[in-house]
Amino acid sequence: MSEMRQLVGLLKQIDDQLVACMRCGMCQAVCPIYAETGLEGHVARGKIALLECLADEVIKDPAGVKERLDACLLCGSCQANCPSGVKALDIFFKARAFLTGYYGLPPVKRAIFRGLLQNPKLFDTVLGVASKFQGLFTKPVNDMLGSSCARVFSDLIGGRHFAPLADKPLHDVATQRDTPRGHSGLKIAFFYGCVVDKMFPRIGEAVLKVCDHHGVGVFMPHAQACCGIPALSSGDRETFEKLVALNMKVFAESDFDVLVTPCATCTSTIKKIWPLMAEDLPATTRYQVKELSAKVKDVSAFLIQDVGVTPADVAVSGEPVTVTYHDPCHLKKSLGISAEPRALIGCNPRYKLQEMEGADSCCGSGGSFTLQHYDLSKRIGKRKRDNIVATGAAVAATSCPACMLQIGDMLSQAGDTLAIRHPVEIYAETLAGR
Amino acid sequence: MSNHLSQKFEEIVGTGNVLASEVDRHNYAYDAAVLPPQLPALAVRPETPEALGRVVKTCNELGLPLTVRGSGTNLSGGTIPSEGGVVVLTGALNKIIEINEADMYAVVQTGVVTAKFAAEVAKRGLFYPPDPGSQAVSTMGGNVAENAGGLRGLKYGVTKDYVMGMSFYDVDGELVKTGSRTVKCVTGMNLHGLMVGSEGTLGVFNEIILKLVPPPKASKAMMAIFDDLGKASETVAAIIAAKIVPATLEYMDDFTIKTVEDFAHAGLPTDAKALLLIEVDGHPAQVEDEAAEVEAICKRVGATRIQVAKDAVERNKVWEARRAALSALARVRPTTVLEDATVPRSKIPAMVGALEKIAEKYKLTIGTFGHAGDGNLHPTILTDKRDHAEFTRVEAAIDEIFDVALSLGGTLSGEHGIGMAKSKYMVKEVGQGSIMYAKRLKAALDPKNILNPGKITGA
Repeated sequence: MSEMRQLVGLLKQIDDQLVACMRCGMCQAVCPIYAETGLEGHVARGKIALLECLADEVIKDPAGVKERLDACLLCGSCQANCPSGVKALDIFFKARAFLTGYYGLPPVKRAIFRGLLQNPKLFDTVLGVASKFQGLFTKPVNDMLGSSCARVFSDLIGGRHFAPLADKPLHDVATQRDTPRGHSGLKIAFFYGCVVDKMFPRIGEAVLKVCDHHGVGVFMPHAQACCGIPALSSGDRETFEKLVALNMKVFAESDFDVLVTPCATCTSTIKKIWPLMAEDLPATTRYQVKELSAKVKDVSAFLIQDVGVTPADVAVSGEPVTVTYHDPCHLKKSLGISAEPRALIGCNPRYKLQEMEGADSCCGSGGSFTLQHYDLSKRIGKRKRDNIVATGAAVAATSCPACMLQIGDMLSQAGDTLAIRHPVEIYAETLAGR
Repeated sequence: MSNHLSQKFEEIVGTGNVLASEVDRHNYAYDAAVLPPQLPALAVRPETPEALGRVVKTCNELGLPLTVRGSGTNLSGGTIPSEGGVVVLTGALNKIIEINEADMYAVVQTGVVTAKFAAEVAKRGLFYPPDPGSQAVSTMGGNVAENAGGLRGLKYGVTKDYVMGMSFYDVDGELVKTGSRTVKCVTGMNLHGLMVGSEGTLGVFNEIILKLVPPPKASKAMMAIFDDLGKASETVAAIIAAKIVPATLEYMDDFTIKTVEDFAHAGLPTDAKALLLIEVDGHPAQVEDEAAEVEAICKRVGATRIQVAKDAVERNKVWEARRAALSALARVRPTTVLEDATVPRSKIPAMVGALEKIAEKYKLTIGTFGHAGDGNLHPTILTDKRDHAEFTRVEAAIDEIFDVALSLGGTLSGEHGIGMAKSKYMVKEVGQGSIMYAKRLKAALDPKNILNPGKITGA
């Protein structure tokens, strides 16, 4: 009971944010989960109402509230569409942390977050070993997409068609580097992110190739840690704070102009969530976090805005390849970046961009949401798949490796033979040394 | 008891469609009105018209209060259920059954979202004009039950002007059909007329037949800026007097202008005392003529500046500023009380003046914007419902706002409905005889008083 009091006390801390919701219901128009279920508890207004009830001790069932709260992609569509400016994501992240504090972290998550994520070296080793043996448990299903599925039933994998772990992660194929500014006069710190490192090293390689070509210096340390979003989404603030601190150690003192990531989720987490959730960290760390988060940029935005890349002068023969672009929520809704990835794709004259219906509607991944609510995630993903296929494109491009996994799963399960690419890969194809 | 009740409804709508957990009950206890929530016993979601009819019949048999809920955007508490009652969700009844281009009508189920419907209609080259501010989420059933209005009310009318007929369930679950797909129809009593604006107190809608019109071929928008409130309202009167009916004629006061500008940086003149946003539409030649004449009237009556939108981009800018009004105001304080007192157009200066005095008297912040062309103003009180002393003043101010509106020959609600929020004022507007008549009507049609009790005429 005293723990309940504590939970109520914590929720009271965000009372000002909760009360800003005027219950107009406009969030219903844009919520991907609500579009599927139509349940008030699945839309921001409903979740906020429940949190208010919990804070006012009208509801005695925190488990029920947590269940509703967890049914959220954290895509930020509601926040972007809110007339009253309710900071729904702030509310949900904080409330998840409070409720996880109340219930404790489930053992599997505890093992992954605290055992693996907090120890990047061990994380690398474990997944390195796993990549060697994955063939025993999985089989390739779609050559074009490079997807696999489980050979034998597995709880975690279920019926998914997933991108396998790369034979060699990025940190094996590309050595640590700290190259000086070249003719661009710019230097980046390269935050590649877990999924690019372990599943899509080809994206990381494309980033490095583009930087080399444009004379951009690169600081790429291997000791970098996860951005922390999987832990924070599950309410594990402790792991999140440790990961932020680990990354601070690696990046805070180094000399570079822009912290570049090829992952929409990492970009938005570092830009928005790090400073938001850093309030309990020591003052100096808080200051460093603020400095670093001001420097982070999506790779397409960096290349278009700072490097000023222009359409490449390459030979075009035959019909251009049709490509359609999916806006990751974390890039468009959180950071307002949608033109730059398209511009970067446009820099490769061998491709032709064909817009899909609802390019900026969520693909249903939501990071660990897809693990916990696969059925819902699939229903949302199916719409995305249909919209992609309707364009007739041969390539689906997006700026978030998590979206790539989800879209890959959806396309693969439908037997489609589209390739999935990051805009930076498409641009990199135009550069010499292909 | 509640388990037994769930079972009863599960037999009708299926297990997944009965929502009875503590969180679900709290999730259907409120709507968009600033009123205390009331906890229902459960919510049910019928997926077929037959199931809907059986749900109504069962509620009546058990004497359970029933409140129909679409998207819950109601601003007068019309979708706040009765304590221990049943909330009937229309979310699964969301089919557009027919859009008839030759005869220009459509048939929809009640749970169809307004903006989606309007977009489908537009795809076929037709036009459904009612455009309530909540149209992106509000449902057609809710629009009809509340007789919702919108920005285009002045020229195109409100929801009631588009309802040609419907079918609805009475309390015994019998399907009642009224109106028709024909432009003319005088068969039987005008029951659909009775249903529009009845706020779910007389029957439960099933299908609605809606009139469609040809879309205007051209339109032109402009913004007129005034340094004097009187001149702005005189301009409204002068435009109408010149026999021009703009599609929209919107008003924004100085507080709203400043707040919108702070928030949206739309390039609004922050030193202005009032703004009019005007759009004329119709045949291209007529639009040119009328736009020129409106511009001349604005100048003559005393606008300090007029910006005419040259193209679609500029036109959009004009409307973006208007659309941002509520958003901008809503961010100033935690609680936003959006009222819709409405007066005859000629009384707008008096109403606006009275609102200024009320704000001063009760020490409240009130931003006013709204549909000047049809007299429908939205005084928006910015407050914090947690501050009890202030909220008591808010309630007193609302009382006075309605007193003034009525004394000017106006009405309690232009487009939001009466619901629970304004039922206590009803007698002041329509008198005891009308209340009694409505109550007798309701008693005859709904003897157990299960249909959205407490709304419109009170308990």
